[in-house]
Amino acid sequence: MRAYARFLYRCFRVSFVGDWRYQLWMLGLTILTLLGINAWARQFTEGLITTGMTDQVSWGLFIANFTYLVGMAAAAVMLVIPVYIYRNKELHDLVIFGELFAVAAIIMCLLFVTVDLGRPDRMHHMLLRFNFPMSLLTWDVLVLNVYLLLNLHICGYLIYCRYRRQEPSRWFYIPFVFISIVWAISIHTVTAFLLVGLGGRPFWNSAIIAPRFLASAFSAGPAFIILTLMAIEWFTTHPVPRKAYMTLRGIVLVAMTINVFLLGSELFTEFYADSAHIASVKYLWFGIHGHDQLVPWIWTALGMNLLALVMLYLPITKSKKLLAPACLLLIVGIWIEKGMGLIVPAFVPTPIGEVVEYMPTANEILICLGIWAFGLLLYTIFVRVTIPVLSGRLVEDQIFHTTPNAAAEFAADQRRTRTQEVPS
Amino acid sequence: MRLPVLNQGDSGGGCGGGCPPEPPGDSRRSFLRTTVSVGAGFAALGAALSPLRDLDVDKAFSGDSLLRDHYKELSAEEKARLFADIEAQIDRSYGVKASVGDPQPIPGVEFVYALNLSRCDGNRACVHACVKENNQSRSPEIQYIRVVEMPIGTFDPEHGDHYYGDEETPKPGHFYMPMQCHQCANPPCTKVCPVEATWQEADGITVIDYDWCIGCRYCQAACPYWARRFNWTDPEIPADELNPDMAYLSNRPRSRGVMEKCTFCLQRTRKGRMPACLEACPTGARKFGNILDPSSEVSQILRNKRILVLKEEVGTRPRFFYYFDERGPQPNEGGAA
Repeated sequence: MRAYARFLYRCFRVSFVGDWRYQLWMLGLTILTLLGINAWARQFTEGLITTGMTDQVSWGLFIANFTYLVGMAAAAVMLVIPVYIYRNKELHDLVIFGELFAVAAIIMCLLFVTVDLGRPDRMHHMLLRFNFPMSLLTWDVLVLNVYLLLNLHICGYLIYCRYRRQEPSRWFYIPFVFISIVWAISIHTVTAFLLVGLGGRPFWNSAIIAPRFLASAFSAGPAFIILTLMAIEWFTTHPVPRKAYMTLRGIVLVAMTINVFLLGSELFTEFYADSAHIASVKYLWFGIHGHDQLVPWIWTALGMNLLALVMLYLPITKSKKLLAPACLLLIVGIWIEKGMGLIVPAFVPTPIGEVVEYMPTANEILICLGIWAFGLLLYTIFVRVTIPVLSGRLVEDQIFHTTPNAAAEFAADQRRTRTQEVPS
Repeated sequence: MRLPVLNQGDSGGGCGGGCPPEPPGDSRRSFLRTTVSVGAGFAALGAALSPLRDLDVDKAFSGDSLLRDHYKELSAEEKARLFADIEAQIDRSYGVKASVGDPQPIPGVEFVYALNLSRCDGNRACVHACVKENNQSRSPEIQYIRVVEMPIGTFDPEHGDHYYGDEETPKPGHFYMPMQCHQCANPPCTKVCPVEATWQEADGITVIDYDWCIGCRYCQAACPYWARRFNWTDPEIPADELNPDMAYLSNRPRSRGVMEKCTFCLQRTRKGRMPACLEACPTGARKFGNILDPSSEVSQILRNKRILVLKEEVGTRPRFFYYFDERGPQPNEGGAA
C-alpha cells in the first residue's frame, strides 16, 4: 500500500516535468480548464439560463459533446481487439494509450452530463432511487462507470507491474480485457438507445442510429489514436512501428466506409419516402421555414468525411504526412455530425411544430472548452507518466533522473531505450 | 525494498526524487518556488470560482434538499413538518401565508379532459388563468398551455402560428388548437426519468416531485406533446399574484433547475372543483370529469362525439381528447347528438 502511494506520488511528480513545449501545452490547458470552471461557476450561480438552450431545444452542446465522446472512448477497443484477439504484435505496446484515452474520454463524458444537470447538487438522488431498468439514462450511468473502472484497472495494473518490474498475472487482467471489449460496444449501444427509444422524436426513433453510432465511433476513435501516436513519436522516444499506423488506418477505413454507407441508407429512406417524418432531417440538411443554421455545418461535415474517406482509400495516406490531415478531417467531421448534427435537429421543429433554433452562448462554449482541456490535460499526464514506465526509466527501485533541461532528458531517454530491451 | 529516500530537495520544481543533495540555499529557493506555484494555483482556482459568491443559496436551492426524502417515502409526520417548512419559506420569500396541502387521488376517479375544437376561438383565457392558478414563473415566462392558430385544411401544427395576436381572434379561415399535458396512460416521460422524480398517480395525473428532480430534461425530450417546462433560472412571481392555495405535487413555487408541467390542477380537481383553464374558458370548449362515471359529461362526450386523439400513432394513450360539434344527421347514432 505504501509502495503504491509512493508510485502515485512519483507519477504526480513526473507529470510536472517536461521541456518548454510540454510546459506551454500544460499551461494552456490549465488556463482553459480554469476558464471553464469559471464559466461553470457562473452557470451554477445563475442557472442553465446562461446557456442557449430553451424549452424548445432542451439539449445542446453539452449532450452533443457527450454523445461524441462516448464514441471516442471506443478508441481503446479498436486497439484491444487486434492485440488480444488477433495477436497483433505492432500494437501490443501501444494498446495502453488507447485504454488511457478511454479513461480520459469517459471522465469528460461524465463531466458533460454533470454540467448539463439543472440540479447537480442532487446527483446523489441517483443512488437513492435508481430507475433501473426502465430509464436508459440509468443504464448509461452504469455502463459508463463500469467501463471507466475496467479501463482504470487494466491500465493501472499493467503500468504498476511494469513499474515494479513484475510480470503481470494474466488472470488479473486478461478476463477484464475481454469484458471491456463487449463493454465498449455496450456504451455506444446504450447511449444510442437513450435517444432511439423516444417515440415522440422521429429524428432519433430509427433503428439505424445505434449501428451508425458504432461505425462513426470506430472510425473517429482510432483516428484520434493515430494522431496521439504521431505526437508520442514526435515528442518522445517511445517507438511506434509503422505497421501500427497501417493497421489503424485499415480499421478507420473500414469503419468509415460502413458509416458513410449507413448515412446514405438513412438519407435515402427519409428523403425518398418524403413523409411528414422528415421535418427534422430536412431542417438539418436544407433548413425549414427559412431556418437553416445547421445547414452549413452538416455539409461541411459531409465534405470533410467524404474527403477523408477518399484520402484513406488512396495510397497517399500510407505516408504519415497525409494520414494526419485525413484523420483530423475525420475527427472534426464526425464531431459535427455525431454532436450537434445528431442532437439539435431532433428538437427542431418541436413535437408540436414550433421552429426555434439553438445557438450556444459564449459561457456554454467556454464550459465545453474547459472540459475538453481538462480531458486532454488528464490524457497528457497519463501518457507522460506511462512512457518512462514502459521504457523502464521509471521503476520502483531506481532513481528517476530528470533535469529541467529537456534536451538532456530526451537524450538520456533515447540512450536507455536503445540499450535496454523492455520486457513485455 | 530498496527505495531511495526522499530528500529535502524533492519538494523542488523539476526534480523527480533522489536529486543529488543541494546546497541549503537552493533547497530553500526551491521550497519557496513550490509554495509560490501551489499558492498561485489555488488563487487561480479561487478566482475561477468567484462567481459563486453571488449565489443566493436559500433562493436557489430552497433550503434542505440534500436531506429531503422522495415524496413516496415521506411519513405523515414528515409531510406535516416538511409542508410547514415550505409554508415558512414562502412566507420568508413572498410574505404570503400559503397553505401547502397534499390532496390524494379519489378512489374510483380517473380524470379525462375533452376539448371542443368547434368551439375554441383562440382567446387564450385558459393560458393566463393557468399561469395564475399554478404559480408559474412570470419571468422567464412559463406557460403550460400552448394554443396554435391553424389554417383550415391541415392538422399539422407545423403549419400553424404559435404566436398569433390575441386581439384579432377568431381569424376567418382558421381554427385554434390548445395543447397541454395529455396525462397519458402510457407516459413516455415517467419511464425515462432516471431518479423516479415523476410518476403517474392512481387518478391518471402525472406529477413531479420538484424536490427530487435532478434537471436532466430527459422527460422533456421524451414528451411527444411538448408539455413539460424547465426552470432555466430562479422563477419570479410577484408576491401579490401568488396563489396561496397550494399542493405539494402541483402549484407550490418551484425552484430553479427542475421540471414542471400541467397537473390537471390537482389542488382543485381532487377537491371536487374544475381546473382553472376550464373555469376561465368563455366559450365552453373545455370539459373535464371522471371517465369511470358513465353519467359524467366527459363519458357522454367520448361515447357520442367524434373524437380526435393527437398523435395516436405514438401509443401514449392520452387522457386528453379533442372533439367536434356535429351538424346535420348523425349516421351512426340515429340522429341523437
